[in-house]
Amino acid sequence: MLNSDLLKFIFGRLTIEAIPYHEPILIVTFVGVAIGGLALLGAITYFRLWNYLWTEWFTSVDHKKIGIMYVILAIVMLIRGFSDAIMMRAQQAIAFGSNNGYLPPHHYDQVFTAHGVIMIFFMAMPLVTGLMNFVVPLQIGARDVSFPFLNNFSFWMTVGGAVIVMMSLFVGEYARTGWLAYPPLSEAAYSPGVGVDYYIWGLQIAGVGTTLSGINLIATIVKMRAPGMTMMKMPVFCWTSLCTNVLIVAAFPVLTAVLALLTLDRYVGTNFFTNDLGGNPMMYINLIWIWGHPEVYILVLPAFGIFSEVVSTFCGKRLFGYASMVYATIVITILSYLVWLHHFFTMGSGASVNSFFGITTMIISIPTGAKMFNWLFTMYRGRIRFEVPMLWTIGFMFTFVIGGMTGVLLAVPPADFVLHNSLFLIAHFHNVIIGGVVFGLFAGINYWFPKAFGFRLDPFWGKMSFWFWLVGFYFAFMPLYVLGLMGVTRRLNHFDDPSLQIWFIIAAFGAFLIALGIASFIVQIAVSIRNREKLRDFTGDPWDGRTLEWSTASPPPDYNYAFTPVIHDHDAFADMKKRGYKRPLEGYRPIHMPRNTGAGVILAAFSVIFGFSMIWYIWWLAALSFAAILIGAIVHTFNYKRDFYIPAEDVVQAENARTTLLAGGV
Amino acid sequence: MVLMQPSGDIAVQQRNLIVVSTVLMLLIIIPVMFLTVLFAWRYRRSNTDAHYDPDWHHSTRLEVAIWSAPLCIIIALGAITWLSTHTLDPYRPVSRLDGTHAVPAGVKPLTVEVVALDWKWLFFYPDQGIATVNELAAPVNVPIEFRITSATVMNSFFVPALAGQIYAMAGMETKLHAVINKEGEYNGFSANYSGAGFSHMNFKFHGLTQDGFDQWVQKAKSQGGKLGRNEYLQLEKPSEAEPVHYYNSVDPQLYSAILNMCAQPGKMCMSEMNQIDANGGAGKESEANKAKLQYDGHRAQEGVEEPGATFPASGRPPNTNVQPEGMKPDALSPKVNGQGPKPGESQGQEHDMPGMDPNMPGMKPSSPAPNQLNQQD
Amino acid sequence: MTTKTDLTAPGTVPVFFVEEEHGHAEGSTMLGFWIYLMSDCLIFAVLFATYAVLGHSYAAGPSGKDLFELPTVAINTSMLLLSSITYGFAMLAMDKERQGQMLFWLVITGLFGLAFVGLELTEFASLIREGATPQRSAFLSSFFTLVGTHGLHVSVGIIWLVTLMVQVMKHGLIPENRRRLLCLSMFWHFLDVIWIGVFSFVYLMGVLV
Repeated sequence: MLNSDLLKFIFGRLTIEAIPYHEPILIVTFVGVAIGGLALLGAITYFRLWNYLWTEWFTSVDHKKIGIMYVILAIVMLIRGFSDAIMMRAQQAIAFGSNNGYLPPHHYDQVFTAHGVIMIFFMAMPLVTGLMNFVVPLQIGARDVSFPFLNNFSFWMTVGGAVIVMMSLFVGEYARTGWLAYPPLSEAAYSPGVGVDYYIWGLQIAGVGTTLSGINLIATIVKMRAPGMTMMKMPVFCWTSLCTNVLIVAAFPVLTAVLALLTLDRYVGTNFFTNDLGGNPMMYINLIWIWGHPEVYILVLPAFGIFSEVVSTFCGKRLFGYASMVYATIVITILSYLVWLHHFFTMGSGASVNSFFGITTMIISIPTGAKMFNWLFTMYRGRIRFEVPMLWTIGFMFTFVIGGMTGVLLAVPPADFVLHNSLFLIAHFHNVIIGGVVFGLFAGINYWFPKAFGFRLDPFWGKMSFWFWLVGFYFAFMPLYVLGLMGVTRRLNHFDDPSLQIWFIIAAFGAFLIALGIASFIVQIAVSIRNREKLRDFTGDPWDGRTLEWSTASPPPDYNYAFTPVIHDHDAFADMKKRGYKRPLEGYRPIHMPRNTGAGVILAAFSVIFGFSMIWYIWWLAALSFAAILIGAIVHTFNYKRDFYIPAEDVVQAENARTTLLAGGV
Repeated sequence: MVLMQPSGDIAVQQRNLIVVSTVLMLLIIIPVMFLTVLFAWRYRRSNTDAHYDPDWHHSTRLEVAIWSAPLCIIIALGAITWLSTHTLDPYRPVSRLDGTHAVPAGVKPLTVEVVALDWKWLFFYPDQGIATVNELAAPVNVPIEFRITSATVMNSFFVPALAGQIYAMAGMETKLHAVINKEGEYNGFSANYSGAGFSHMNFKFHGLTQDGFDQWVQKAKSQGGKLGRNEYLQLEKPSEAEPVHYYNSVDPQLYSAILNMCAQPGKMCMSEMNQIDANGGAGKESEANKAKLQYDGHRAQEGVEEPGATFPASGRPPNTNVQPEGMKPDALSPKVNGQGPKPGESQGQEHDMPGMDPNMPGMKPSSPAPNQLNQQD
Repeated sequence: MTTKTDLTAPGTVPVFFVEEEHGHAEGSTMLGFWIYLMSDCLIFAVLFATYAVLGHSYAAGPSGKDLFELPTVAINTSMLLLSSITYGFAMLAMDKERQGQMLFWLVITGLFGLAFVGLELTEFASLIREGATPQRSAFLSSFFTLVGTHGLHVSVGIIWLVTLMVQVMKHGLIPENRRRLLCLSMFWHFLDVIWIGVFSFVYLMGVLV
């Protein structure tokens, strides 16, 4: 037996006890992940893909590849987050009366916390960021984003945060506080374990990435638009992306700061949010919602942008009310900062304060309603093709209005007093997040997949996925509205009243349908890869698209456009097609491009080590890894060779190949 | 659906508000849903009869309409919100018993002081001189004034049949005014997640006739024990699914001491601290005050483990049902590890559980341990 | 942008692409850095708001009046203000392509910055010796965090300054280095502005009001 002081110095508070080897669910999961992971690593090694992956993907600064990697991360985390969801649904469906279910509170409470955190931060956010990353530079006719290295670094920091969260599954435990970790429950005095520390460091590391990618995309949209593309000629998706990134930059620092204060409370013993010595937990709740409410719009605005693109493309028609769409987006952006208090009307603010925030919340429904009508009148006198992205859009329009209605209802303070924290609330925000954000992201994936890979996604399995999700959503969440009206509150892991059980069983059935929806989506990808030759698109424009990205090849060349496009209309490519645009066939020049770098991966890896050692109080490792981050960043600034030229011959070759394809394919 | 058929006037008004707001919104939601389906069907590609106008993208008249239609609804709803938020402000004493009866002049409301503990509710009836755990009662058609605080993390006091909820926070007092109109037994619970025992933090709320209420008070007086500081400090320790029990002789200062976080002997009360702070603090020579004001984590100092603490704070592995057994400050200390409980070994030790003092009134040594701790059975 | 006049002229065939490269990457850096500063500004806004809420929660302990020594803070403030001026001199020297002179002013700036951080640490040490630790009260928690976060920024600024000096010595005043020096300049002046807020809001109001 080693000296325990020495052990403690080396491992901090990490001991073998931290491995949940007595927890069968976790062990089975771990074995599954380990076997799957080893198989994947083995396959990569066997097919000698490491070099390819490292040089072409991990170190890539190409916004398209980074966007695709974001989406892959999001899909992986969707599966993890959904496993949590189905565990909760199963627990609540069986834990009645003398049956305590299969998840003790220690486990169940981690599951609902992890579900919320993962779905928001590591599923929805990367998916949104990934689509913006892929699409925005293409839509504005740019070669890449403003800061390509930063883009790569942002992605890997997001991965780093996800890695920290996933680690908590097998080493120690995750927070048991709910996804916003309200103090005083999240304070060291009431949550003394490592759970909240995993929560904090996972979010802080990912938050760095999110903030930087927000800055990056704002600079890109403001500075890198093609000539002729004035602000009011930007595609709507670019507008919503711009507003989303403004929201990110103006909201995430608040999260960073408030989590830093919680960190100080837990690590240093300060008194920001404690009950005693002058601390004020209500301040945390205010601050976190000053971030949290804009976060909702960070997620939903890009989805609105996707729907705008999809509706106008598949109705074969200009978007109705472009200008009012843009103004509605801007109004939502500004108002989203004036409503945060509606998340805690029940804290006992005065009636005037409560009604002010209630009414500002309702006002947001006006621009949102206007958007809804704009989509509706885009369909009016259109010629609608019911491809998969359009199905998601119609499913969204039908579903989202219900969520909007219940949202406005929750904004009425006296109604919120009875509905707050109930399953009605849960149903509401899943109604808007699934019915708005997730449907939008699936529409976006189906819409832009052929641009990214050069072949379409299989429509049959796409439709299966859509219908399972849609029907599953109604089965899973309509019962929760009912339960909310029956006065059932959230985050319970056991119920006494047997009459509630049937509703939970219906909800669990809905979750099962959604599981089939996710499975269909994965099958859809697999089938599409297998049938890729049949689904191949040579034109680069499979949907008769209207915006600039459809004018280049699918997948686009590294440099996106051989010549800088000039824009005359917000439906730039529709305009080009209408007015007889001819693809240039000669005069190619060398193209100036950013060079790949491994610095992002390395810095993010050090950040993960730093986070892990802080969580477990391994101070020597924390100090070392922090120094490594600092030195790594400084060393990186000594690298001045950050760009190169794609030789003109390579451009000629790529463009001639496309010319041949276009001639043969059309 | 208790929210749709409540039994207290405040909850009834809140229900009416939900119905009115929903109907108002349906005025616009239903046409939108209908038009979505209609347009999707009518303008499908295979329907070549439908008019196709690819360049139609603007109509000032329509734009005005689509902005002003929601605007009108929101103006109406906003007005309702402003008025109802003020009339249903939980801090405002109720002005009527129900839709037809005003509060008669001279009626004194029933005062109940509510304390959220880990994981049970303590109710003080200062005028009746009793206190109860996990049981609340009130006579029908008498206004009730709740004063609410917490001795631990944030909870939310909620009886859906009676009125909306309000947060319970340590060191702070929130208020709720309500009235129950029908006799009956209603559910009450915490509506804000507060840790491992949260799911069982329930109580029954009895709406009784005046006679019935008097009898209930008598019952509490005859069955109850004493509730002083020491008994409170025992009660305050974490426990789950605590059975109902009563107290007939209650320290009159106790609620105020709990509210001011000074129920423990030797602590400085928040009110005193606030007084000092308002006068500009206590100067540099005030180090001793710090210990007097420390509250969070006081259980750890008493050798009781924090609720829900697992490895590494306590040495117990995470994700298990092993119950807490007193603080183990150092997981690596061999002394602690030697004594450390192993899964399944806890059966005989239930009575040592914090908060399960066998001498406590209303709790026999043989009383069953809280629900979920008995899982292995 | 030479083709701009052609784009909208009526009757001409529309131009759909330009052959010359169209990049704005240079201007992006200053914009991006400025946006970063605004996001950093929000972190300080949260810390200021926290201080505004908790600044009078002394927990029956010492207040700002008991603790702050304005003369020390005044010296400290002047250090930081002077460092901003000397950084300005360095930028003027850069514009005149005088590398040596610029480096000299950067060294002076760095020394002022170090003096600022040193004085701040001394102040913190004496507070902690007196028992006014960050753990003592919410007021002190928010005080140490607000002032300490600013000090941490200045320290990062100094590390960055040294790095840039090395890079200028190595590569000269090439465009990349000029751009970086301009970013640091914005950062440095930004910290000055924040400090003026800290000085008036925390120290002056703490002692005088």
